[in-house]
Amino acid sequence: MSTATTTAPARAPENYLNTDYSWKSWLLTIDHKRIAILYLISISFFFFVGGFFAVLMRLELLTPAGDLVQAETYNKLFTMHGLILVFFFLIPGIPGVLGNFLVPMMIGARDLAFPKLNLLSWYIFITGGLFTMYAVAAGGVDTGWTFYTPYSSTYANTHVLAVGIGVFITGFSSILTGLNFIVTIHTMRAPGMTWFRLPLFIWAHYATSIIMLLGTPVIAITVLLLALERLFHIGIFDPAIGGDPILFQHLFWFYSHPAVYIMILPAMGVISEVIACFAKKRVFGYSFVAYSSIAIAILGFFVWGHHMFVSGQSPYAALVFSILSFLVAIPSAIKVFNWTATLYQGAIALKTPMLYALGFIGVFTIGGLTGLFLACLGLDVHVHDTYFVVAHFHYVMVGGTVMAYLAGIHFWWPKMFGRMYPEFLARFAAIVVFCGFNLTFFPQFILGYMGMPRRYHAYAEEFQVLNVLSTAGASILGLGYLIPMCYLVWSLKYGEVARKNPFTARGLEWTTSSPPPTMNFEETPVVTEEAYAYHTAYLNEEDYVVR
Amino acid sequence: MSASSTPARRAQPLHAAGLAHHFEDLPQQHEAARLGMWAFLITEVMFFGGLFTGYAVYRNLYPAAFRLASHHLDVALGTTNTAVLIGSSLTMALAIREAQIGRWKPQIGYLIATMLLGATFLGIKSIEYHHKWVDHLMPGPSFDVSVFGAEGPHARIFYSFYFVMTGLHAFHMVVGLGLMAWITRRAARGDFTPGHHTALEMTGLYWHFVDLVWIFLFPLLYLIGRHG
Amino acid sequence: MWQDFPLFPDSASSVSGRVDAVFFFLIGLSIFFGVLICALIVVFAFKYRGTPLRKRGTPIEGSLPLELAWTIIPLGLTMIIFVWGARIFFAESIPPADATDVYVVAKQWMWKLQHPTGQREINNLHIPVGQAVRLTMTSEDVIHSFYVPAFRVKQDVLPNRYSRMWFRATKTGVYHLFCAEYCGTKHSEMIGHVYVMEPQDYERWLSGAAADEPLEVAGRKLFESQRCDTCHKEPPDARGPSLVGLFGRQVALEGGGETVANEEYIRESILRPFAKVTKGFQPLMPTYEGQLGEEQILQLVAYIKTLKAPAAGAEDRR
Repeated sequence: MSTATTTAPARAPENYLNTDYSWKSWLLTIDHKRIAILYLISISFFFFVGGFFAVLMRLELLTPAGDLVQAETYNKLFTMHGLILVFFFLIPGIPGVLGNFLVPMMIGARDLAFPKLNLLSWYIFITGGLFTMYAVAAGGVDTGWTFYTPYSSTYANTHVLAVGIGVFITGFSSILTGLNFIVTIHTMRAPGMTWFRLPLFIWAHYATSIIMLLGTPVIAITVLLLALERLFHIGIFDPAIGGDPILFQHLFWFYSHPAVYIMILPAMGVISEVIACFAKKRVFGYSFVAYSSIAIAILGFFVWGHHMFVSGQSPYAALVFSILSFLVAIPSAIKVFNWTATLYQGAIALKTPMLYALGFIGVFTIGGLTGLFLACLGLDVHVHDTYFVVAHFHYVMVGGTVMAYLAGIHFWWPKMFGRMYPEFLARFAAIVVFCGFNLTFFPQFILGYMGMPRRYHAYAEEFQVLNVLSTAGASILGLGYLIPMCYLVWSLKYGEVARKNPFTARGLEWTTSSPPPTMNFEETPVVTEEAYAYHTAYLNEEDYVVR
Repeated sequence: MSASSTPARRAQPLHAAGLAHHFEDLPQQHEAARLGMWAFLITEVMFFGGLFTGYAVYRNLYPAAFRLASHHLDVALGTTNTAVLIGSSLTMALAIREAQIGRWKPQIGYLIATMLLGATFLGIKSIEYHHKWVDHLMPGPSFDVSVFGAEGPHARIFYSFYFVMTGLHAFHMVVGLGLMAWITRRAARGDFTPGHHTALEMTGLYWHFVDLVWIFLFPLLYLIGRHG
Repeated sequence: MWQDFPLFPDSASSVSGRVDAVFFFLIGLSIFFGVLICALIVVFAFKYRGTPLRKRGTPIEGSLPLELAWTIIPLGLTMIIFVWGARIFFAESIPPADATDVYVVAKQWMWKLQHPTGQREINNLHIPVGQAVRLTMTSEDVIHSFYVPAFRVKQDVLPNRYSRMWFRATKTGVYHLFCAEYCGTKHSEMIGHVYVMEPQDYERWLSGAAADEPLEVAGRKLFESQRCDTCHKEPPDARGPSLVGLFGRQVALEGGGETVANEEYIRESILRPFAKVTKGFQPLMPTYEGQLGEEQILQLVAYIKTLKAPAAGAEDRR
């Protein structure tokens, strides 16, 4: 990764990228920034594998008849699409790449508290990924990413075991990452970096880590029991020998609903940073945004039953889960309102990360509001397990998390690699992604209310028009994802050399060179101001590029 | 490691022995290790918590089968094992105490005693497992449901929990013994001083946690319906 | 008017209108907040775009009244929706007294339906308009879900237990029946139709459809062929409790406690007789697990439900 070009000085200053080029220095690195790059590469791989399966699914759904692939193949496609993108992209995505890179830098530390554990996390992640990819290559798995018993435990004859082991293993990567973040944020803040001076990105990662620590072990034990059930027929989830398949659903969603917040909270952290920088303002209601992250993390643990309103649980349990699900919507609403208010009287620059961030707010608002439809008991009975649900969680996961991930990657790309990307092309791609996304998933809300069930290989003819629209949108969206992939790789070698702080942002990560030295800072920084102190005289106005 | 070889080292006072490159001072490092260990133990609680939840659900569903199946466990061996494990926690605590006051020899002695007691526990456990194997009480196709009459299928669920819970506990014991061997070697090398024995303390925390899990497992599995 | 809108499902049951109403309320709410947020973003983004820093006013920290407003107003709105949705949910949960029974057994990948009068259907269900229908459902293998979009109702169907749902169709027509819980390879082929008919057409269909014997008759034959009556007869020489007037009654159990004799209890007592033994009896009954299929058990349940105590012996019920 040479940084020498015509515009750059003959030899770039020593930084974490050019300090050593050997394979060993990468694969045995304990530098959190290099580990972040390892995550970036592996996560991009999983993203495109999972995306490829989505493309095949959307092509199949172009016509009502199941004519492109067999039903069995289709079932494997949506299973592996969900599995790979949930467990190997969305959950580790922002924490693994941006969190790893930025958590120590934002709090003024030299590394995470346990650097070797951090590297171990990545290896565990890769091991879990290998098991899953083995299952994919050996013929796939067809249980749906939710592994509902007794189908997964007794009836499916695909590679459930290998995938189960993959998910089990990769869970420990999440646990160790969360543990590392919590300890780092508690013990390694630079002098003066009090809790209420922390960037909201850090608050979001702190809340995420709590969920990782408390939720992931439960899915681990659940998947372990499922594997034992398949191997030895121990009977815990098999109704034929006295087991209770509903218990599996409870245990599964006890993790997998909070896991949704593992996916969205870091995204919210990214959005707070980007909005503040490109509005050149402190985030409106900083402490409310910070506390709402914690509130989401805690409340998120008590709403899992809303996935089970029609599964036959007690109607009184359903009542409790319904009201709690409405409550967890409130902190998300608080965030949306505060971000919007941050724009008021800002000095707004519509750069690429900001375009993604503004798109995020709009799309996430729709994703959040449609969540109310699903929390509403009488209505959920109708739309549960239809495309309405599919549309809802893609608005949150793809429109939310993936857009925020792209916002973050563009925002910190100059910091990570010391290079700028072509701004015009990047803005164009952001608009393509936004349009493609909405065209893909908005029709699915209508399909869902019309009653089209999810996970259908063939469907009734009246659903076709909307499915064609959705597939058209997906092809635009796919293109929108390929463009950044191309110009970002291109920029590594040919991009304009980035300054220390190209967006004139506040935050400790912008006070060190781009890319940063291995130890992050020349001297341990001392913090004397609140976060996002954009109103102070620190900024040189000539340096501040508007538009 | 690449990080330690970099010339971009910051100008700062010479690092104390045992201080990693990214910490400012030893107290910070110690605090990080302690917090990390506690956070890890919390995830362990959740890990076993999932199992305890499942256990509670089925015990509530099939109380008679659980009582019947539990009576086939060997209470004498279980009680012995409980005593052995509590003893090992005591020797572990004493080893840390010796490290705090800087006495080298008794420290090693207590560590070895802890390991021996841990190994005794695993030995007794394997005898119990062997009995269950002989009696066809291992969950799986070979499970002999006829032992429990009509409650057979549900007794099998009890034994599934028994083996998964005690098996995971035993796995934690094995990991603990490995840690203990490593810690003993370090202690023998004289790594631990009264002011600096974080690794020993952390291993102790872990060992006490594993002990505590057993304190819950023992009554839940062995003592159902034996009161009064 | 929505019935003619091509992007909207048929609305053909007594709850579908109520579900649509809360749906439209939520749509209105979503449009309001969605448009509000998007409009603010667009207005702010263009109004303040490129504002030089020095032109800005004093820094804004936040505003407690605003925070409270956008916490309390959404909270109030969501609580309205909660109560509204919960009321519909409970209406959907409790079947009316006049409901007729239909028994459903799901398996990979078909729906087997039995009318009490003996008609059997596969993947189709014929019902009269205006009549409440209660489904008692179970599965022979994995979890399925009975879903009729036009009725806005859905219920998972689980192995080893009964789940219930009910609906009252309000409009004749042919409506989709889907399996909504992923159940394996041919999940998307586990579909069928619900035919809602005028009562006279329904009567004609009933008489025309090839009917087996009514369920309770089949159940009685099974009861006799399995020799259930050797033990389950009237005291004093009964080794098992009498089943006359059992259904719906509170049953005192051996070892304390009581239970309601509903469909689940009868099914459980056939398959696992020792689970709940009636007070005053020995656990002597053999298990019928693996010997009776789900459809046969439903026939037995239907028969036992018909065993009403004779009017003269009413005081016998205690």
